[in-house]
Formats: sequence, C-alpha cells, structure tokens
Amino acid sequence: MICQECNQRPATLHFTNFSNGEKTEMHLCERCAQEKGEMFMMNQGPGFSINNLLAGLLNMEPAFKTKAKEPFPQEKVIQCDNCSLTFPQFVKIGRFGCAHCYDAFREQLSPVIRRLHSGNSTHNGKVPQRIGGSIQLQRNIASLKNTLSEHIAREEFEKAVELRDQIRSLEKELAEKRRGGE
Amino acid sequence: MSLERFINQAVSSWMSEDGPDSDIVLSSRIRLARNLKEMKFPALASGEESGEVISHVKEMLQQGCPSRFGPLELLKMEEIQPLQKRVLVEKHLISPHLAEHSPHGAILLSENEQVSIMLNEEDHIRIQCLFPGLQLSEALQAANEMDDWLEGGIDYAFDEQYGYLTSCPTNAGTGLRASVMMHLPGLVLTQQLNRILPAINQLGLVVRGIYGEGSEALGNIFQISNQITLGKSEDDIVEDLKSVVSQLISQERSAREALAKTSNIQLEDRVFRSYGTLANSRIIETKEAASCLSDVRLGIDMGYIKNISKNILNELMILTQPGFLQQYAGGPLRPEERDIRRAALIRERMKMELSQ
Repeated sequence: MICQECNQRPATLHFTNFSNGEKTEMHLCERCAQEKGEMFMMNQGPGFSINNLLAGLLNMEPAFKTKAKEPFPQEKVIQCDNCSLTFPQFVKIGRFGCAHCYDAFREQLSPVIRRLHSGNSTHNGKVPQRIGGSIQLQRNIASLKNTLSEHIAREEFEKAVELRDQIRSLEKELAEKRRGGE
Repeated sequence: MSLERFINQAVSSWMSEDGPDSDIVLSSRIRLARNLKEMKFPALASGEESGEVISHVKEMLQQGCPSRFGPLELLKMEEIQPLQKRVLVEKHLISPHLAEHSPHGAILLSENEQVSIMLNEEDHIRIQCLFPGLQLSEALQAANEMDDWLEGGIDYAFDEQYGYLTSCPTNAGTGLRASVMMHLPGLVLTQQLNRILPAINQLGLVVRGIYGEGSEALGNIFQISNQITLGKSEDDIVEDLKSVVSQLISQERSAREALAKTSNIQLEDRVFRSYGTLANSRIIETKEAASCLSDVRLGIDMGYIKNISKNILNELMILTQPGFLQQYAGGPLRPEERDIRRAALIRERMKMELSQ
C-alpha cells in the first residue's frame, strides 16, 4: 500500500477512526504522518494501547459518583496508606503502586475489575500453598458441604455421615491453622 | 564467527525440537505474574527495594533450584550491553519493557532458554515457559513447578477475592497469560482469517501479528492469547485456548488442502518464486523476507520443497531482525546496510542447508 499523502513511499502507519458510526481510514508513511502532526500518541512509542485505554475505562467511574453530594470534597481523596498512591493517580496510570492498593481502593475497584474480566470478580484458580492454606481448606469445606446437602436430598444418609465427619475434621484443622497463624 | 555457530548460539535449543502440530503451531508460551507481599511494585519501588527482590531470589537460587531445565543463570540488566538486551528481546526471552525501562531489572534464564524469569519488570516476578508446538498444558505444568519453588521462599501478594495481585488490574487473578504462535498462510491466502478473527475476539481471546506493527502480521505468524485472567481457573484458561487453537489448526489444514486442489500450480509457483528470491536477492527488507519465508515454509509443509529443514522459518524470522543482524555484523548498521546484510545472511543460510 502506498502512502495517500505523498503517493511515493509505502504506507507504514494505518489509522482507523470511528466516530458517529462512520469509519475513516488513513494510510500514511512515517514521514508524512510526522508532517501532518497527527502523531497523537506515536511519540510515546508503541506503549500506547493498554495504558490509555485502561485510563479511559477507569475514568468512567467518577461520572456516576459526582451526583452524590460531597460536603468536603477536598478531604475525600482516597489514598493507599502503604505507597501513598491516590485513586486519581491510579486512574491516570492504570497501575497499582503496591499490593495494599487493592485494599485501599476495594470499593471503587469492583466495577472496574468486572469490566476488565468479562463480569468476573472473584479469583477461581491456583492458591499459594503456604500462605493460602486456609483458603484452600475453606474451599474444600465449601465444596464438601455442597455434596453433603446433595446426599441428604437423595436420602443417602450413610454417605452423608461420612462426609459430615470429614467436614468436622477439616474445620478443626482450619481453626488450628488460624490460631497458629496469629 | 561462522554462521553455523552463530545460529547455534542465537537459536534456543528447544526451538529446533519438534512438538505436536508444529507444522502450524510454532510455539506455546505460559506466563505467570507474581508479586511480593510487602514490597512496592517495581514502578514505584526504589533502587534499594528492587535490589532486595533480586538478592532474595539470588539467595534462593544458591540454595538450589529444582528446575528440570538445568541450572538458572541470573543476568542483571545494568550489567549487559544494549545490543545484547535487544537480542534477548528479539528471542522473546525478555520484554522490551524490561530492556528499556527497568534499570533494576534482571532475568533468570535456563541454559536451553525454555524457562525465563523476569525480575522487576512491571511485576516483581514474571515466570515464562516456552515449548515447541502445541504444548500449553506442559508449559503450564513447568511454570507451576517454578512458581511452587519460588513460593516456598517468598510471601506472594495474594487476595482471597482478587487472587494473585498484579501491578496492572488486567493481570490480576491467575496472573496467567497463555499464548501460542501460529503460522496461518492457508487462512490468509484464502482470505478466511478476517472472517474468523472477530469470532475469536468474542471468545475472550486476543489475536495479533507477532512480528511487525499494528494490524499487519509479518510472515503470516499470529499470536493468540487469553484476555481474561480472573474468574477462570488456570486449567480452564488453557483448555479454552487449546480448543480454539485446535479449531484453527483444522481450518488451516483444510485451507491448505483446498489450495492444493484448486490452485496447485499457482501455489507451487509462488513457493518457488519466494525460494528464488531468498536464495538470490542482494537487498531484502524485513517485510519481503518474512513473506518469502512464510511461502517457503508452506512449501516445505506441503511437500513442494524437500531438501530444506522446517526450522528455517522460525530461525530466520528471529535472525533477520535488526538486533541479531547487528550482533552478527559486530556493530551498528544503518537500515540500508541491514537490508544488504539480511539478504546475505539468508543466502548463506540457504546454502548451508543444501550442503548438508
């Protein structure tokens, strides 16, 4: 494809613009693009996409909140007490400063996370064994309890008794783990 | 240095191995993002804090690492030359971000380069495992082994609701990015890919050209990876990707069959013209080289070309990038000089093949 400005050099930059449902395309070589001054984000290099898109996504949040009356808006800036990153800063750069930010911004974060992960909001995968031992146990107990109620519904009481004992011993283990950890 | 020795050093040994479906899937990759609980993420961390991350991992390394890929070597970004960094980037062993924006970055690398662990990139730890062909589950298992080893000596940042906590919210949860590199000339030539790509995007997967910029995919090589990291288990993420990849493999195979049936002579012509270009040209740009290499690889897969090894595409796609050309030349090159060097390197590589 040849650059549509100079009709000489090969077009290496392809812009597609959607506005009001209309699609316009531009195919330029690097030199013409620079001359056109349309180098929106290009001077930042290819690192553009995710950061800016994310900031756009996160920025949508305050729009809902402004309606609520804030008597002391100045004092209401949410900040992580560990790394001092503020929520507006997070929105701007699209990156957390430390693990504690997740706690500090938890309330604001939930809709953002949901939007980024197709509506999912809870981790459902691997759990670190050493520090996450109790989480693993909790999950096991929860799933055993589910099976237990299935057995009861089907009146399979022998199996239910077996499960009940298993759950009890796991719960004991969990309680011990928690006491030991504190 | 002779070209043969240079190639042997430049191409990771795992790349020359054959994997399942390696006529279409060039490689499978798993990446896990992890962070330390009590440390600021690398973007905000001081040099001192970042140094702690490295020395902590170094200590663990000295106590022995159970890597089944042999011992891991620690390389600090501040200690290696810019050109060497570029070469590591072109081999996909480190990210451009680590090479350019992480003064306190480091990498742990296994000898065969199948395992690489980046330290202080966007996250404190990024484990990466690469396998030839379609071997996502195998790569996941290898990555999990490294993860379990690290977890033994490190308190990870983990949250019951959000899973493994990462610097960017798009990676939270499993911190898992699974990807495959696919060579899809049949789907491109029959113009089916444009129809398939939107459907793949709807399944929560991302497709991009891995070489080249923007929408263009150089050499008909595409990378397909998962978008969502939270809410699905690691196994489910890998299984979902695998099933889409298997679909693509069978579509690509039938596209190739259809091409052979309907335009056999045209295809053969195309393959051998590209072969001629690679074997004879004196100046060649990246783009032309990539498209010819793709044709030749297709020709090998379809049996038109018999005396050339399949690895030529993977190998030369890596070797003809600017960083490698300059390393081979032993110094910086202007773009015009690179095109001449590239043509020479490809010619020499083709000759090597015929003499074997």
